[in-house]
Amino acid sequence: MITLEDVSKRYFTKSALHNISLDIPKGGITGLVGENGSGKSTILKVLSGLINPSRGSVYIDKTPVTRRIASKVAYLSELDAFYRFYTVQNMVDFQASQFDDFNKNKAEDMLSFMKLDPKSKIKSLSKGNRGRLKIVLTLSREAPVILMDEPLSGLDPMVRESIVKSLISFIDIEEQTVLITTHEVNEMESIFDRVIAIKNGEILGIAHTEDIREKEGLRVVDWMTKHYNS
Amino acid sequence: MTHTFDTSKPIYRQLADQIYWRIIRGDLKAGQKLSSVRDAAIEFSVNPNTASRTYNEMERDGVVETKRGQGTFVTEDQTVLHQLREERKQVRIEEFVREMEAMGFSATDMIHGLKSYVDKEDQSQ
Repeated sequence: MITLEDVSKRYFTKSALHNISLDIPKGGITGLVGENGSGKSTILKVLSGLINPSRGSVYIDKTPVTRRIASKVAYLSELDAFYRFYTVQNMVDFQASQFDDFNKNKAEDMLSFMKLDPKSKIKSLSKGNRGRLKIVLTLSREAPVILMDEPLSGLDPMVRESIVKSLISFIDIEEQTVLITTHEVNEMESIFDRVIAIKNGEILGIAHTEDIREKEGLRVVDWMTKHYNS
Repeated sequence: MTHTFDTSKPIYRQLADQIYWRIIRGDLKAGQKLSSVRDAAIEFSVNPNTASRTYNEMERDGVVETKRGQGTFVTEDQTVLHQLREERKQVRIEEFVREMEAMGFSATDMIHGLKSYVDKEDQSQ
């Protein structure tokens, strides 16, 4: 479903991705883990068509990725991209106007699950509620591919938990292919089907989370550390 | 409620253990319906594929039964439920004994210590 073939990305002189090849099958939740600057966000941006790779090919569902891939890919950015004068409902309506696959009923369900008031102004929302709103806007799209860049970053434990639960509730795990970057590995490993460890723009390893426990007796964090130090 | 899972076992197995614990304690009774796979996934904050594997595992153990179109239920087979309790007891006893042995206590010390503890508990109630 998600394919990278020999992908490299350079920012001027700095190499961000180095000959990455990757094939993620349809369905399930994949965690992309690694230290700051390892290339996690760059992979998501390449997959969402926001940046072009310097070399190599990128495909989503066998289609070469360009900016137009946005119709198949729901991308949650690490940054907030809201009009501050909008209300929550305005923002939902705006998102619905941009994407054909946006399901307004699902958005409504998610807003109440997240206890977000549609009438609230974006500028009056707490950081936690802005984080929740981003999740609503992304997951209300019935896109075949969902990419989430650090959905838990900078949020308090209660918000993080509500987001983790919303991912389980609102992702269609058989139909949607989800790729999530995170530093909160311990909190998210129980929802990952598989993890990909990345370091300095290269893939260190790919494994099923349950295999890491069953065969190696490790948590994902320990598995990652093992690969980082070897 | 956040559930934590340790590293020793796969999560699907630990989830089964947590549900078995509820059955042993009587929070889930013989013949009672379990929550759906998806609801269990949400409650324990695990991947729905993991929860589904747990349900299959429990069914293979004979502790739950899936009735087509109705859901998953705790078995009414008392032999199986009795065995589940006994297994848990053996595991706990073994853990206790291993730890006491590691500290250098003899079997007599253990039995004596256990008896006087239980007697004291009885008196205080």
